[in-house]
Amino acid sequence: MEERVWSGSTGDRLVTAIDEARRRAGRRDRDEPGWNVDPVLVVTLVLLAGFLLQGPVRRLLATPVMQSWMTVFVAVVVQALPFLVVGVLLSAALAVFVPPSFFARALPKRPSLAVPAAGLAGAILPGCECASVPVAGALVRGGVRPSAAVAFLLSAPAINPVVLTATAVAFPGEPRMVVARFVASLAAACVMGWAWQRLGRPDWLRPRPHEHGEGGTKGEAFWGSVRHDVMHAGGFLVGGAMAAATLKAVVPATWLHAAAGHPVLAVLALAVLAVLLSICSEADAFVASSLTQFSPTARLAFLVVGPMIDLKLFGMQAATFGRGFALRFAPVTFVVAVAAAALTGAVLL
Amino acid sequence: MNRTVQAILLFLVGGVLLHAGVSGLYLRYVKAGLQPLVLAAGAVLVLAALATAWYARRRPAGPPGPRVSWLLVLPVFALILAAPPALGSYSAMRAGTAVTAPRIVAPLPDGNPVRLPVIGYADRAAYDHGRSLAGRTVTLTGFVAFDHAGAPYLVRMLLNCCAADAQPVKIGLTGRVPPVLAPDSWLEVTGSYTARQAVDPVNGGVIPFVEVGEARPVEPPADPYESLG
Repeated sequence: MEERVWSGSTGDRLVTAIDEARRRAGRRDRDEPGWNVDPVLVVTLVLLAGFLLQGPVRRLLATPVMQSWMTVFVAVVVQALPFLVVGVLLSAALAVFVPPSFFARALPKRPSLAVPAAGLAGAILPGCECASVPVAGALVRGGVRPSAAVAFLLSAPAINPVVLTATAVAFPGEPRMVVARFVASLAAACVMGWAWQRLGRPDWLRPRPHEHGEGGTKGEAFWGSVRHDVMHAGGFLVGGAMAAATLKAVVPATWLHAAAGHPVLAVLALAVLAVLLSICSEADAFVASSLTQFSPTARLAFLVVGPMIDLKLFGMQAATFGRGFALRFAPVTFVVAVAAAALTGAVLL
Repeated sequence: MNRTVQAILLFLVGGVLLHAGVSGLYLRYVKAGLQPLVLAAGAVLVLAALATAWYARRRPAGPPGPRVSWLLVLPVFALILAAPPALGSYSAMRAGTAVTAPRIVAPLPDGNPVRLPVIGYADRAAYDHGRSLAGRTVTLTGFVAFDHAGAPYLVRMLLNCCAADAQPVKIGLTGRVPPVLAPDSWLEVTGSYTARQAVDPVNGGVIPFVEVGEARPVEPPADPYESLG
């Protein structure tokens, strides 16, 4: 039913959702008097306090646990921000310079065909998952069916040439791992797209409002979109990086060793590890190839789940599509991805 | 947060990325090949900050930014004030070695002693039974780490993308090991192949050993990590 609303009525519903989001944002601001303070003053005070307190803070951070936590945290942010910026620029360019009618013409009319077409189109976005989230957001705002955008969102980080090449390098002499990764990721992305088409409801998906139609030049719209996406997705990216760093610092690696012996537990353990570690999809193959005590199917699950759902992706999806979407989408994606990996692994590996 | 604050935040984040990319600080966190991307991202964010400030002058109103954006202050603080060091012995000894399966290695370069990356020596020593290392002296650079029993290792972290995916390469030290070693201090070891091996208790990987002939303390290298190809 979502197809009727989204493709038919030229986004009336979207406009309503944007208005509502604006109303809610405005109300929240008025309700909390503490936030009426001049934010420029707040930012100055926060920075000043940081510099004055740097001595005690440094001593606190000098323990090995805190240092390795900070290093991993900064590493995830520094590594992901460039890819986020690439995706944000592409998303802004799509939103401002490509007319929505282009996407309607480019994808097949039949929804059941548009999903695999969009999934395959993911192969042309050479980046990791940080780039695909803002681009998928721009596609939805541009009038692409959400089911097709979902397939693109999930397939792009896993099946593009950069990632597949990295996988081939990490698994020398095992080309079947590359094929299995491609097949399982594309299958999971299409299943999610078709499932969204059948079961999805438009009010689950709330793309955050962009301030178009306020007048202004294309340049203003472009930089407005860039600022908006970086502030949203960047904030959640930092939250995801903190969670990933915490888990890497807290969970001992010996637990994994214990799980490796059991065939089912091994698959689940690596799938959960992929969610927790939040490694960039361009690098995850090298980590998977080092987990030699695990079965090939378990390592495939690591490669299929990681680019589709992890802690930092969850945050970025919540920022781009709304929390209601991310809360429903993440668990289903996890189950579908694990199932696709297990089936493909049973057949191919 | 209004447009001006968003512009300040964007400028700070872009600024620290540029700072990290220019000063070489980025090498503690990501692989060297990412430098152009880090610099470009920093430049784009600074541009976005300037554009935001420019347009905010003409049109100051607009929906407020999200509160989650305040989290962007944290990496700015972490990079400017703390600048955490590259991963060291603590992380290395908690994680399993990267030497878990045979890798294709190029023929040993000329020279005696021959300077090898730690992973280059580990792969040859673990799976080649020292054939290509026979009669040669090698020079390795890494930091010192100790296991629970107090045995010393020479370690280098292997990086594929960023420090979140770093894996240690551990080499046991035997022979003329200096009597006093501090964890995380950098050593240049010149020595030869020994058949002695150990099993990494964390992941069952192989820990080859090196027969130390000479070991001298050195400054940490600019790029503390090694990577494959």
